[in-house]
Formats: sequence, structure tokens, C-alpha cells
Amino acid sequence: MAKHETPMLDQLESGPWPSFVSDLKQQAEVRAKNEANIEFQIPQDVVEDLLGVLELSYKHGRTHWKHGGIVGVFGYGGGVIGRYCDQPEQFPGVAHFHTLRVNQPSGKFYTTKYLRELCDLWDLRGSGLTNMHGSTGDIVFLGTTTPQLEEIFYELTHKYNQDLGGSGSNLRTPSDCIGQARCEFACYDTHDLCYNLTEEYQDELHRPAFPYKFKFKFDGCPNCCVASIARSDLSFIGTWRDNIKIDAEAVAAYIGGEIPPNGGAHSGRDWGPFDIQKEVIDLCPTHCMWMEDGKLMINNKECNRCMHCINVMPRALHIGDDRGVTILAGAKAPILDGAQMATLIIPFMKVEPPYTDIKEKVIEPIWDWWMEEGKNRERLGELMKRQGLQKLIEVLGVNPDPRMVQEPRSNPYIFWKEDEVPGGFKRDINEFRKYHQR
Amino acid sequence: MDYEEAKVKVTEELTKKLKTKSKFYFNDLAKILGEKPRAAKKIVNQLVQDGVLEYWSSGSTSMYGLAGTGKQAHAEHED
Ligand code: SF4
Ligand code: SF4
Repeated sequence: MAKHETPMLDQLESGPWPSFVSDLKQQAEVRAKNEANIEFQIPQDVVEDLLGVLELSYKHGRTHWKHGGIVGVFGYGGGVIGRYCDQPEQFPGVAHFHTLRVNQPSGKFYTTKYLRELCDLWDLRGSGLTNMHGSTGDIVFLGTTTPQLEEIFYELTHKYNQDLGGSGSNLRTPSDCIGQARCEFACYDTHDLCYNLTEEYQDELHRPAFPYKFKFKFDGCPNCCVASIARSDLSFIGTWRDNIKIDAEAVAAYIGGEIPPNGGAHSGRDWGPFDIQKEVIDLCPTHCMWMEDGKLMINNKECNRCMHCINVMPRALHIGDDRGVTILAGAKAPILDGAQMATLIIPFMKVEPPYTDIKEKVIEPIWDWWMEEGKNRERLGELMKRQGLQKLIEVLGVNPDPRMVQEPRSNPYIFWKEDEVPGGFKRDINEFRKYHQR
Repeated sequence: MDYEEAKVKVTEELTKKLKTKSKFYFNDLAKILGEKPRAAKKIVNQLVQDGVLEYWSSGSTSMYGLAGTGKQAHAEHED
């Protein structure tokens, strides 16, 4: 018998999709039976009370969680999100229901042993409920009490060599695509850059002093598997400067139907024989491909690295050899202002350890600017909008580049500075009077 | 600014404002200290380590308050 009646939640289980309600009920039962004889350090019926308070929220049409809280582990201002229930008498199991963010390994590579250890720790000291993964990428531990926080933190750091992630007005847990570990499209080592910056910016990650959150995300190529272009304040997207490498024989094999296009990804249905004109050349957004004497040609100067042709014919086309990263800034979800995609700020930069250029020429000047000029709860993208791209270019000390312009003339005003104008703004009045009467 | 001096200044300013608010943004602290963000951060970190200030977080935003004075402390019957 469930502890609380949950008719509204039960209804959510009736649809065709897997339901989180069923998962919660399953976990409630596992804890009630406790076949593994765990010495639970928080209430055994935490999950039942979670179901109960959620049902009540649906009934009332309002949340029963208080807003935020003063909890954390010593010396860290992030990684723990305090959640207190405002109906603790009715639902004592979730009176405290704090969230911990655990910094996921780069590319989310785990061993099963490591996952088991995390789960054992969480079954013992928390609700056993996890969110794999939160939208920032962290492993999210849902629901524990205040006294358990330091214990969990101690075990994570001492036994599992595992740190907490970022929350609040911090650098958020950097996250990256699977990159060179598995993917031939990766133009730089996303894991190394992600790990290096995570280590370098520990203070920013754990001790909040930014106006608001700040996210780094690393995509090895423009396929953007972690969607850095839409979801991070600084987006690092792999790219190349030279030519797409073409294996003419493999192109012929695709045309001849010997190699399935898209790595066989759309083979669930018969789309007819592969048509390179229709499926590749006509879909090239910059119209820079054509066939000449049965050979595929690319005008690489016009190619904007959209990845389409490479995705369709990965065995025939390959990323170039002169590789690096494009850096974009200012993406965000809608909070103060509407959602924004990132704006290009660095068209190309080499990516080589120890990444000094990325740190000293991009990240740190941007932080200095944003920390001084940003209003409370203003994301970088909003500051860019408020003060203008021109200001950011100045902060970075880079030259304006047509590739930074999304569309021509969305802003009709051009302001020149005195040192940009030959001879400055001073005029010789006598010279002027030669042409203009008083 | 000398750390002890900074401590007195922050405690005084925040205590003055306690009637109307108990949580402050990092920028408010930097202003009180009259320092640039990076310099202010060093002092603020130390104040947290020493238990003068404490963090408050909604999950998305972080704020600072004098230890034990926030409304959460009240809700938790700690004051
Ligand atoms: S973003 Fe590119 S490099 Fe990274 S996993 Fe996706 S396809 Fe591969
Ligand atoms: S990557 Fe995109 S833009 Fe470049 S040649 Fe291929 S399809 Fe065209």
C-alpha cells in the first residue's frame, strides 16, 4: 500500500511513454523492502513523501518547495542546491530534499564500477534518485538532508576522486562532446580542453562571484553534439582552415551504392538509390559543390563547415588538417531577456595545450568585463546586447570581421572614434571656411 | 584594503541594511569594499571561510548574507 494516495500522478503513468512516476514508485518499493540491508541515513520513505508532496502540488497548482537555501559544503558556494519542503509535518521524509551536482567526467565516460559506487553512496546517504544528467551535464543527486552533505562530499572527494559541479553565480560544470575519443569529426581534443579549463578555473567553479551563471561547452565539430552554440556563454566549436579531404574512390563507392550513406543511419526505410546531386550537392547551404567529369569538387573558400556532406559520406569526405576552434559568445535560455544564440567572436584559433591564448586572450578579458559591467543576474549575452558587439571586440582587442555579422545593417548607426579617423575630429577652421560660408 | 578593516566595513554595512534585506549580491559587496571584482573576491572568500558571511543559493543565483541572519535561518529555527 502506498503511503499517500496519488490519483493525479497515477494518471501520468497511463500514457504511452515511460513515466517518472513509475520510476519513483519502483524506487519507493525498493527502499521499503530494503533487500540489500542498507542502513539508510535519510528517511526510508523519502520517495513516498516525494510522491505525496508532488500530488499535493498538482492539487493546489502551486509548488511546496521553498525557494533556495543556505546549504553547501565547507568552502564551496556551489554544487549543492538547498531544497526545503513547506509541508514538513505532512511529508517529513522530504523536509530537506537537497540536490547535489556531481561534476561529470569529460564526455561522460564511466566505468560500471564507478557508476555502482556512486549509486551505493547515494542509496546510503540520499534518496537513491538521480538525474543522469542535468542539462548542464552534471550527474544530479536528488534529495538528501543537511547533515549528509559533508559526508557525501568527503566520500566523493576522498574515495572516488570526484568533485562537485557548479551551481548559482559560478562557472558551471564545463561539458564536452565525446570528441576524439570516439569521433573522427573532432577537430580538437575536447576532453583535454574541458578538463584543463575545469582544473584551471576551480575558484570560479566553486566560489560564486559572477553576476550570474557562466557556461563553457566544447563541441569537437560544427555538428555541435552538446549544442554549445545555443546553451553556453562561451561556445568552443572545432573547425578547420584548409580543405575538406576527398577520397574520390569512396565518393564513387557511395554513388555506386557500395557504401550506405549517413553511415546507414536512415536505413529503416527504402529511400531509393543514393543520389549525390539531390542528397549532398543540392543541400550544400553555400552551393560550393559540384560534379566535374564524374568527380566531386568543392570550392572550399565558400564552404561554411556545415558538416552536411561529411555526415552523409563520412568515408569519402574528411575534415581538413589545419584544425582549431571557433569561439562564440552569449547564448542563453530565456530568463531576463529572450533566448539567444551565440555570436561569433573568434573565427579561428589554434587549440594547443596549455591553451594560454584561449585563457588569456578570450576567457579572462571577457570575465573581467562582465564582472565589472554586468548587472546582477545579467548573462554575458545580455551584456553584449546592452553594450554592443563593438564593446566586446574592444575588450578582446580583436579586429571586427564580417563573419561576426549575422545580417547586414540590423544596426544603422556607426560610431567612429577619434583615433579611427585620419586627422581626428579637430578641424582647421580656415580650411573649412574656404568651402563653407558663415 | 586591510582584511580586518574590510571585515568591519562589510559587517557594519550589512547590519545597517538588515531591517530591509538579509541577502546581497556579490556586486553589492564589491561596492561596499570599493574594490574591483577580483580583489573583492579574495576578501569575500576569506569572510566566508571565517564564518562572517554565508552563501545563499536559489540554484541559479548565489547571494551572500551575514552568517545566521537570513530568512532561511529563521525558517530553520536557527535564530
Ligand atoms: S560535436 Fe562533432 S566531434 Fe563532437 S561528437 Fe559530435 S560529431 Fe563528433
Ligand atoms: S561542409 Fe557544408 S558548406 Fe561545406 S562543402 Fe560540405 S555541405 Fe557544403
